[in-house]
Amino acid sequence: MSSLQSTTDEVLRLAAEHFKVPREQLAADDDFFKKLGLNSLQALDLLTRIEHHFKIELPDYELQGVSDFRTLAERIQLRL
Amino acid sequence: MLDLREYQSLGEALRAALERWPDEVCLIEADREREKARFTYKQFKEAALPLASALQDAGFQSGTRAAIIMTNQSKWLISAYAIFFCGGILVPLDYKLTAAEQLQLLAHSKAEFLIVEYHLWRAIMQSDGFKNLGVRFVLVTEAPSGADLGGAKRWEEFKSEREPDFVPRGRQEAACIVYSSGTGGRPKGCVLTHENYLEQCMALTALYPFSPGVRYLSILPTNHAIDFMIGFIGPFTCGAAIVHLRTLRPEYIREAFTRYKITYMTLVPMVLKSLERGLRQRFADLPKGRRAVLNTLIKANRALTRRQPNVKLSRRLLRQVHDAFGGELRAFFVGGAFTEPATLQFFYDLGIPVGNGYGCTEAGTVITVNDFKPFRADTVGKPLPGIEVKILNAEAEGIGEVAVRSKTIMSQYLDDPEMTAQTIVGGWLMTGDLGRIDTAGHLQLFGRKKNMIVTEEGKNIYPEDIETAFEGLPVKEFCVFAANYLWPQRSMVGEQLVIVLHPEAGKALNKELADDLAARNRRLTNYKRVHGYLTWVRDFPLTASMKIKRGELAEQIRRTVDRSAMVVL
Repeated sequence: MSSLQSTTDEVLRLAAEHFKVPREQLAADDDFFKKLGLNSLQALDLLTRIEHHFKIELPDYELQGVSDFRTLAERIQLRL
Repeated sequence: MLDLREYQSLGEALRAALERWPDEVCLIEADREREKARFTYKQFKEAALPLASALQDAGFQSGTRAAIIMTNQSKWLISAYAIFFCGGILVPLDYKLTAAEQLQLLAHSKAEFLIVEYHLWRAIMQSDGFKNLGVRFVLVTEAPSGADLGGAKRWEEFKSEREPDFVPRGRQEAACIVYSSGTGGRPKGCVLTHENYLEQCMALTALYPFSPGVRYLSILPTNHAIDFMIGFIGPFTCGAAIVHLRTLRPEYIREAFTRYKITYMTLVPMVLKSLERGLRQRFADLPKGRRAVLNTLIKANRALTRRQPNVKLSRRLLRQVHDAFGGELRAFFVGGAFTEPATLQFFYDLGIPVGNGYGCTEAGTVITVNDFKPFRADTVGKPLPGIEVKILNAEAEGIGEVAVRSKTIMSQYLDDPEMTAQTIVGGWLMTGDLGRIDTAGHLQLFGRKKNMIVTEEGKNIYPEDIETAFEGLPVKEFCVFAANYLWPQRSMVGEQLVIVLHPEAGKALNKELADDLAARNRRLTNYKRVHGYLTWVRDFPLTASMKIKRGELAEQIRRTVDRSAMVVL
């Protein structure tokens, strides 16, 4: 099983790729709504990308109240 | 469809619907690509009555208040029907609120029963306020085996063989308590009667009649006034079917259209924009020649449907576009927030009319909607049959506050006669929105008179409700406003919140304070965050009971500084 750190790194890499921004511009504690200018539907799009990558299923409600990459990685980690 | 004039309550009308179309499909629950449940009207009744019976065995009586906190799914509707069957008052709560907010509204509503999805119940049990939970009976859906339910019962096992007793309710009695706002400040529990809903349903179905065979795609939360009416009561009283999708993800919405041959759908501007973006991208990716052909067909469709929609013609002209939506789509409805005319026109030109509407919970959902006679992208349509709209204190251009009178207007705000009296004056509901009625009788909106914002997701955010997040900030005083309330502009897009900070005497706003402010802001749900702050060095005007006179403070700010003084967080 991967560590939280490696999961967080993967999430950051996927977000950078998905939204076409340089990876080094994103940090674990960044608020992705603000940093990437996302609305909640676009954030769900990212969630789908993450699901495919980690081969897990995250219900929409898992994103509720989550706005930074680290917390998102924690939610994923619980399902790995 | 049922003649709703014959019925006294939602329970009675729904009961008649279940008898009238026993073999028609009424409800499909889908999660992503999986179909999780499918009910005919008869099967729906067979699922709901044992629950109603068990509720009555547990002491549920006429007038008992029961809250539902669930995502979009079949158990929501089955539970709601069981509550109405037992003569109960439904309190639909927003599952997207935090557990603390849900606890606050449960307490305010005085709900005695609660029906809640497991993951939401788990959050409530872990919340600090859980020990004060006043409900006496909790049913939890979809709980894993062995889960600690804190004394709650499992919904799936809560059944009784006994035939339940149908409990009649009067038209003027409360059917639902729906919170339009007030999770942080003063809760606004709109008390909507059975008459409010029956009248609203009659008005909507007179304009857009549903029938058996119609499939309505529901993605908005059922607790939301729009989905409750158009995605539950409306289809059921017409023998139509509802497809509940348990995810908002665009790819699954697109898939649901083709899989279930959807006829109608209601959405908020954010989802409509997302569909528009997807289509525009697909058009842009076409080879040049095909794109030119498509553009010609779109132009032809626009010219041929100028006076009124012609879905059959549009489906022939633009077959591929319509096939991507399942080939049966007749119209979208959009509401809850402002929709850009260009988006409405985009879909109309493709032969997919979008019924742009306007309403609020206090008015029993919809006030005006476009009737496509002809299509107008620049208005929110005409008042529904039986609804009167007038403009108060109109300025030279005819713009003033929109007031509404009809049998659909709520009876009151729960336990708040003062706010009720401010909102319903001489039988007219003061909406706080600014509008104008044009010569064709269409309503155009121009902004708000009230201190609130609406997000593109259709969320109403009242500044008072988010101020608790900033309590303890080391300043002398602070106050949150809608930026358009401070600096009015004739627009309903890009609405923002601003926090006005009055620093302690002799202290400036330093980095530490700005960081504290930003950190508190981040803890709020993304759509509730303030956009920026404004420094104000004079004492806030206060009432005798030391409350901020918001209107007066706004007036002082408006006179002194302009919007550019706001520092973006």
